[in-house]
Amino acid sequence: MSTGFTSIIYRDLLQLLRRRSDIATTVFFFVMVASLFPLAVSPDPVTLRQLGSGVLWVAALLACMLSLSQLFASDYADGSLEQIVLSPHSLSVLVLGKIVAHWLVSGLPMVLLSPLLALQYGMHSHSLLILVLSLLLGTPALSLIGAIGAALTLGVRGSGLLIAVLVLPLYIPVLIFGTGAVTASQTGMSAEANLSLLAASSLLALILAPLATATALRVAVE
Amino acid sequence: MIFGINWYKYASPAAFYPLAGKLTPWFYGLASLLLVAGLYISFAVSPTDFQQGEAYRIIFIHVPAAWMSMFIYLVMAAWAGIGLALNAKLSSMMAQALAPTGALFTVIALATGSLWGKPMWGAWWVWDARLTSELILLFLYIGFIALQAAIDEPRRADRAGALLALVGVVNVPIIYFSVRWWNTLHQGASVSVTTAPKMATIMLTGMLLMALACWMYAVAVVLSRVRIIILERERRADWVKALVEVNQ
Repeated sequence: MSTGFTSIIYRDLLQLLRRRSDIATTVFFFVMVASLFPLAVSPDPVTLRQLGSGVLWVAALLACMLSLSQLFASDYADGSLEQIVLSPHSLSVLVLGKIVAHWLVSGLPMVLLSPLLALQYGMHSHSLLILVLSLLLGTPALSLIGAIGAALTLGVRGSGLLIAVLVLPLYIPVLIFGTGAVTASQTGMSAEANLSLLAASSLLALILAPLATATALRVAVE
Repeated sequence: MIFGINWYKYASPAAFYPLAGKLTPWFYGLASLLLVAGLYISFAVSPTDFQQGEAYRIIFIHVPAAWMSMFIYLVMAAWAGIGLALNAKLSSMMAQALAPTGALFTVIALATGSLWGKPMWGAWWVWDARLTSELILLFLYIGFIALQAAIDEPRRADRAGALLALVGVVNVPIIYFSVRWWNTLHQGASVSVTTAPKMATIMLTGMLLMALACWMYAVAVVLSRVRIIILERERRADWVKALVEVNQ
């Protein structure tokens, strides 16, 4: 099991690193969406501090969702997805490997970049730390839940927009817990409850999402 | 085997199609009777509410529609799940037929809610926990319908839709509670529907009659729609070609 798991992570990372522009696009998208809000709303520091966590979370949500359509698409196009489905390893484990690789190149860079953007929004150091922590705990859930949508819409007409319609409603709890943690820390309350719920969402998604994604892939490849 | 009927027989579209055709008028009839009785109680018998005036009467359609919107999602997911697990075509067709009716009731609940909200709360829309979760439920219905419409191959559409409906069912309670907690965290304009005064029995009777009318209407409409879906999907089958209504 572990050989299949690690080798698929290695393979996907290698492929993704050879097409660096795809990774860069996701991260730049995240930065750009976050930079548009001060232009659209107001550069007033007090307003921005209130908006910051929400804007960064929504930007992370959208960036993650947009990068998802690439999760299985190239494997599906060149037929290697069928080989993955046919392989003797458990498909859920292989799918989890692909999701981990996806998170390492899309979720993690956003987590690492978020302190910089949070500073642009004038957030204080404590709530900034909570924001980074909430993104670290929450973005795995985004990748995991999104993988179900990516597998369901594989090879379907207009799949890019369809993913948004399918996946965004399912992201709502993660968004609420994530921004809730930051808001709580800004108003002097403990962020622990929301962070725990965020971690619980990620763990639940970790158990259920690979199974659902594997089933969806079997339906798609059949 | 209840009442000595072989239920498995009706898992076949060919056997179910005429049965649904026979049942549909009865459900339409029941729905009409219940609707007339429910509307009579709602408008003629129920007294005017001393706090909300006449505007409260919108709950006679609003509450049944909200109930049906949630109930139909569960029924739809159940049919979809049975279709996925037992590979039963007809179950998946039922799920497909239920989705538009469920979405319709969700829209009715949202629209009547905002019509009621304007005189009561002074705003067409309030980010109340119930309204928000109802809106998300509409998104889930739209996702299900959009996914099924986007996939051309019916069997794949059935299975993909079923999977999405099941994922949605797991998520519905999480979404509901997260929205409630979000709402208590951001308590802006204090609006509470949960502490509404106790309802008079006659109002409750009217509401229950309307709920039953909506239920029977949903059954009738879904049976009619599933008949059309059967004809569409089984158009190459011999029994469909032999039908009188198809040959006319």
